Amino acid sequence: MSSPHLAMASSVSVIMGKVMLALIPAIAAYVYVFGPAILATLALASLTALVSEAIMLKLRGVPVQPFLMDGSALVTGWLLALSVPPLAPWWLVVIGTAFAIMVAKQLYGGLGNNIFNPAMVGYAVLIVSFPVPMTQWLAPETLAAQHLDLGQQLAYMLLGSLPEGIRLDALTMASPLDTLKSQLQLQHTVREALALPIFGSVGGKGTELVAAAYLAGGAYLLQQRVITWHVPAAFLGGLVAISALFYGADADRYAAPWFHLASGASLIGAFFILTDPVTGPTTPKGKLLFGAGAGLLTYLIRAFGGYPDGVAFACLLMNLCVPLIDMYTQPPVFGKKGG
Amino acid sequence: MRKLHRFHGGVHPPDRKAESTRLPIARAPLPRRLVVPLHQHLGHGAKPLVQAGDRVLKGQMIGRAEGYVSAAIHAPTSGTVRALEMHPVPHPSGLSDLCVMLEPDGEERWVERGPLDYANLDPQALRLKLRDAGVVGLGGAAFPSYVKLSPGARQRLSTLVINGAECEPYITCDDMLMRERADEIVQGVRLIRLMLHAEEVLIGIEDNKPEAIAALRNAVKRGTLRMDVVPVPTVYPGGGERQLIKVLTGAEVPSGKRPVDIGMACFNVHTAYTVHRAVAFGEPVVSRVVTVAGNVLAPRNYEVPLGMRVADLAALASPLADTSGYLMGGPMMGFELPSADIPVVKASNCIIAKSQALFPAPPPAMPCIRCGRCAQACPAQLQPMDLFWFARARNFGKAQEYSLFDCIECGCCSFVCPSHIPLVQYYRFAKGEIWAKERERKAADLARSRHEFRQLRIERDKQERLEKLARKTAAARSHAAPAPAMQEAAANPADDPRKAAIEAAIERARTQKATITPRNVDNLTPEKQAEIARIEERRKKIREMARDRIEP
Repeated sequence: MSSPHLAMASSVSVIMGKVMLALIPAIAAYVYVFGPAILATLALASLTALVSEAIMLKLRGVPVQPFLMDGSALVTGWLLALSVPPLAPWWLVVIGTAFAIMVAKQLYGGLGNNIFNPAMVGYAVLIVSFPVPMTQWLAPETLAAQHLDLGQQLAYMLLGSLPEGIRLDALTMASPLDTLKSQLQLQHTVREALALPIFGSVGGKGTELVAAAYLAGGAYLLQQRVITWHVPAAFLGGLVAISALFYGADADRYAAPWFHLASGASLIGAFFILTDPVTGPTTPKGKLLFGAGAGLLTYLIRAFGGYPDGVAFACLLMNLCVPLIDMYTQPPVFGKKGG
Repeated sequence: MRKLHRFHGGVHPPDRKAESTRLPIARAPLPRRLVVPLHQHLGHGAKPLVQAGDRVLKGQMIGRAEGYVSAAIHAPTSGTVRALEMHPVPHPSGLSDLCVMLEPDGEERWVERGPLDYANLDPQALRLKLRDAGVVGLGGAAFPSYVKLSPGARQRLSTLVINGAECEPYITCDDMLMRERADEIVQGVRLIRLMLHAEEVLIGIEDNKPEAIAALRNAVKRGTLRMDVVPVPTVYPGGGERQLIKVLTGAEVPSGKRPVDIGMACFNVHTAYTVHRAVAFGEPVVSRVVTVAGNVLAPRNYEVPLGMRVADLAALASPLADTSGYLMGGPMMGFELPSADIPVVKASNCIIAKSQALFPAPPPAMPCIRCGRCAQACPAQLQPMDLFWFARARNFGKAQEYSLFDCIECGCCSFVCPSHIPLVQYYRFAKGEIWAKERERKAADLARSRHEFRQLRIERDKQERLEKLARKTAAARSHAAPAPAMQEAAANPADDPRKAAIEAAIERARTQKATITPRNVDNLTPEKQAEIARIEERRKKIREMARDRIEP
């Protein structure tokens, strides 16, 4: 054994555990807003993630147990579960999670070696392949004309069957970002669009509560030093900066910065997705660039792209740039300043 | 209050210092035998001055400093030299080196000694006296102090930093020395300042040692010289030379340079103490204070005669039954001793008894998840995860480009790594590979230049033969007029470009040989060394005989 002979009591599984703990408030808010179906989605995603991981580890000839226990597959599964619509059918969750783990993570070499954020790869595959179920968002409980209980939600997820007399249209609607986009295309102003009942005080009704819970979880991760402030600050800063620019230029056509902050995947992205260490830069300056770039891209996709939200694609595009960013943002070494 | 600066990173391992500071420093009793290595410092080992059977006095020089970077070795007590032989010395790989096996007679009879009249000695003479007193850096590196005791081209230094930070867990030898012998330390600092003409003296002590800070402050008050005793924040590795200088002055010693290049110098408090003993009493370095801690019943600091075996020393503190080995140095940068049959040397500041409970084996390493905690902890501001990647891929060029050699191997990166990757080991491996390659390259360069010179010589001989032949033919043709041009060339070789090239090549080869050829007389057994001495003697005689025959 060579020095150092001491080590801090920390491990990959402890870090992953803290990330999952930080997601609990958001999950609670989710249940409050959309009903308990998300718990089933989370369980299904967890199971799929672990099984996919185990199969791939076995095929790769790598010891299964330590890698299965590190918790990274569970985090991927949870992030994907929280990204799909609340009443997503079971196969959507399974396909997305399995693709995330098997292709985006394990085919690249497993933990620590993947270039792209696995959960976002899974999300991207789903939204490109299955756009319809991926954009049918369950209306928040407060808005829906009819309610489903847990059994009915499960029946729909697993079997696709709805109780007598309830039609899918009555239950679902587009997400707030999606709604705004289609309203703008119908030549309504932002002000008119935001008057619809789906919108709340800053973002979507209900979803803004979930967003606030992500913020709380993020604060916990910062306090625990699981993540640093750089990526969230730069991402949210970038998003605010560019949305303020357009909002200032034409408030009728472009939503306000606070709307963008509270909508879609902005806050889960800032604290849980873009902060993935494996697929992000390691240097402080690099993290700032990475976050700011993702913020700008997210806005551009939301405002001018064909997809309702842009966090996933912004994340993947910025993942591509990470090696370059790291290379050009090396901090000065001790005693080498200016040299 | 002095404005302090901070260095990047650092960690806070549990310090475990209290346990060994409850009792004062004790003098370790003389063991039955001492194993005194002749190479206890950086640079060249000392040349042995004694043989088996010699009787020596305490403080008698038994090894002479050899070369510029070297220091003398002295008998730690009076007794009889039993043998000069190879014996394992403190080194992670269990390397053996030439040691003087000394059997103490228990009388502790000193060699004749007395204070140095330093006021009337010129600085150079005083430095050589310190080299002959075996004074080296006792903070851990054991660099011969006299080399650092010159202000260099600047004539005077701006700042003299005295290192009493002692940032590694467990180690308290400097702490206890400062508490108990503050006046002597201050005297030593005064002498060092005198030699370096330093304008300002800063004594940095981590703020987890309030007693030592108070003791030194009182000693400074009693003295005549102004010095600042500065408490510095407790952060490992705050006692690293470069880190301490940064904290105290805000200056960064440039990469690849030494503190003297920015007008500073840094000495450990224990070193200052030995400077004082050497000058005020003429006592060479024959003992040092060593912390014995860890899995022992009675952790404590001992003043240990150099050459005392770790087994004998640890026994004084009663190691517990489940002791599984010993670390020399601290738990962050020290190394595990291959056995306890290894002597304490000048660099040994601490012996830690290991047990499974105190130092559990790390869990198996997981892949790097690029979390960057290592970069946040690295005091050299490196990117350890990148260096790890390059070292593992054997991409050594890239590792050097990412400043591998600025790594001080403090262990902060491994300490914080959630994947338990032995990062420092990877860097040591990469450095070792790069050094080996460098040596190979130098050897190849040497071989090539020798080969080129041989080719040149063969060509020259051929040309000369041809010229001779040509001359002979010419002479045979016309007795009266030999070719004037050729004669000129022969008379004045400097004008002949070919000859000049040959001369230059010879000169090049000579200097290269002088600078590159490794000394093959280091690390030899005493028999071999004696044989070499005999051969040298014979050669000298033959040379003299030859001279006698030619000269008269």
